[in-house]
Amino acid sequence: MEITSRIPQLVVYGLVSGSIITLGAIGLSLTYGILRFANFAHGDVMATGAFLAFAFLGFFQGLNLPSTPFHPLSFGLPLLLAFILSMIATGGVAIGIDRVIYKRLRTTGRITLLISSVGVAFILRNALQFIWGPDPRYYIKKIQIAIRIPGLGVRIKPDEIFIIAVASCLVIFLHFFLTNTRMGKAMRATSDNMDLAQVSGIDTENVIKWTWAIGSALAAAGGVLAGIENKFITPNLGWNMLLPIFAAVILGGIGSPYGAMLGGMIIGLSAEISTAFISTSYKPAVAFIIMVVMLLIKPRGLLGEK
Amino acid sequence: MDVFAGILNYAVFFAITAGIFAVLCLGLNIQWGYTGLFNIGIAGFYAIGAYTSALLSGPPPGPMDWRVVGGFQFPWPVGFVGAALVSGLIAFFIGLPTLKLKEDYLAIATIGIAEVIRLVLKNESWLTNSVWGIKHIPAPLASPIEKGIRFFLEGNPQLPSWLQSLLSNGYNWFYLGLVIFILAALYLISEKMIRSPWGRVLRAIREDEIATATTGKNIFWFKMQSLVLGAMIMGMAGSLYAHYARFIDASSFEPFFGTFLIWVMLIVGGSGNNLGAIVGAFVIWGVWAGTEFLTSQWGLTGYRAASLRIISVGVILEIILIMRPRGILGEEKVVSLILKSKK
Repeated sequence: MEITSRIPQLVVYGLVSGSIITLGAIGLSLTYGILRFANFAHGDVMATGAFLAFAFLGFFQGLNLPSTPFHPLSFGLPLLLAFILSMIATGGVAIGIDRVIYKRLRTTGRITLLISSVGVAFILRNALQFIWGPDPRYYIKKIQIAIRIPGLGVRIKPDEIFIIAVASCLVIFLHFFLTNTRMGKAMRATSDNMDLAQVSGIDTENVIKWTWAIGSALAAAGGVLAGIENKFITPNLGWNMLLPIFAAVILGGIGSPYGAMLGGMIIGLSAEISTAFISTSYKPAVAFIIMVVMLLIKPRGLLGEK
Repeated sequence: MDVFAGILNYAVFFAITAGIFAVLCLGLNIQWGYTGLFNIGIAGFYAIGAYTSALLSGPPPGPMDWRVVGGFQFPWPVGFVGAALVSGLIAFFIGLPTLKLKEDYLAIATIGIAEVIRLVLKNESWLTNSVWGIKHIPAPLASPIEKGIRFFLEGNPQLPSWLQSLLSNGYNWFYLGLVIFILAALYLISEKMIRSPWGRVLRAIREDEIATATTGKNIFWFKMQSLVLGAMIMGMAGSLYAHYARFIDASSFEPFFGTFLIWVMLIVGGSGNNLGAIVGAFVIWGVWAGTEFLTSQWGLTGYRAASLRIISVGVILEIILIMRPRGILGEEKVVSLILKSKK
């Protein structure tokens, strides 16, 4: 009785963390589908986004922008602007990394790319730590009171509603981008068959650039939202996200953005609900176990093709 | 002369650590260098080896400890063999769901199991004493050797101070010998195996799985043997580490030292070359020690120094991958004994 009464509340937490995982997983799935390699630096790209937003936040707080929080949210204009700028900047960082490293390795095979992405992960994480240090950096210093949703017996903070709403908007935006724009269609074509796309006149280098930009911007959004949920960020944010986002991608099916959304939500929900039964510290292990079970029964994932 | 003794003592300490890393590199070389299995959870197997050995050969829980099991005080070889067996067993269970799939899945599964193992080490205090770690792990033959040295030094107080300093460090010389012995044995065994028909199948799998399957080889089973064998060697390295450090906790097996550094060592030395694996371990461990010297010269300390050192290792990896992907020694193209003798 005690346990089951906690579950509705855990579902709320699960939706919040599922939204964040989804944003990371979509980017990972996009690059996986188009560049054909598992980017182990993707978690650290999320953390990079979170820290770039922190840097912009400091900059805007230095300017005398109106910084009264948007009621009932616990943050105001500076963080919102920093959020948007960080998405753009992180996209730029990813294109830069591709130029300097991945582009030179593109002909040597996906496993070399995979190894180099592990190197990039360590470089990014330690660059963040070098600049900002290992201790938590705070986005928001106030405590926010959760509001009670009548009838359901659950509480949710306005910030958490914001997180779910922003993640949903970005996902819908991506859906329209992939189905209705020229670049979106080119991306899907490249993901299906790069050689065929190339002979049909698609500039695949340009597609790759857009893939990095969009995937990393979404990752940055996930990183910033994780910062809003926790109120602080540390350079380990990326490492902690790595297992959940990979589990989400594998669960949903590699290369399928819609699968990534589904996988992200399932991982988020099951990790949170598991805390009713086992220790909170094993949340990442739950993601891992779901992933292994999926590999055993349906390695292609829920929505995977081929 | 005192400075000379200090340098020599440091060199022994350096060589022991590099030697343990070289053992890890040999294990990874079997998996990655010869079979193309992408294991980025080395830290997990390394940690399992260390904890198994500490629980089998270590002391029982003390009055201040949280852990309630382990500490059977078996002689060190029992811990060493146990470490290899348990690591191999874990690898077997990781291999079951992943070895039939593309290599990326193994990568993700190994990083996952390493993380789960780290969580268990940190949280299950009944078994691992969590963050307080396992203390007073006995080093093999430490008490007779150290007692002998002390007895000798007390009997000869007229010895010059540099000689006293060298002698009081005598146990490390013994341990270095042990590490070199095990490293050499593993090197010879894996050379022998890689030059056998079995080793040629592994290399064939790495080059072209489908072609190898058409010759009637059971790909899954060969991959499994390679994964388990490599993991057993990693477990042995864990045992060597635990009994040298005499204290282990989860922080000894962080992803950087436990996994990433070993990958850089193997790639720099030359994957697919056992000698390259050993050379890479010593070179990169030397570079790592050198970066400590450099950062202290620049007046960097604490997390700044640590981050910069890790970044520099990452940059070295990227440069090697782009400029010289075969590493220092590169791979021996022909390992067949028959072809060599014909030449």
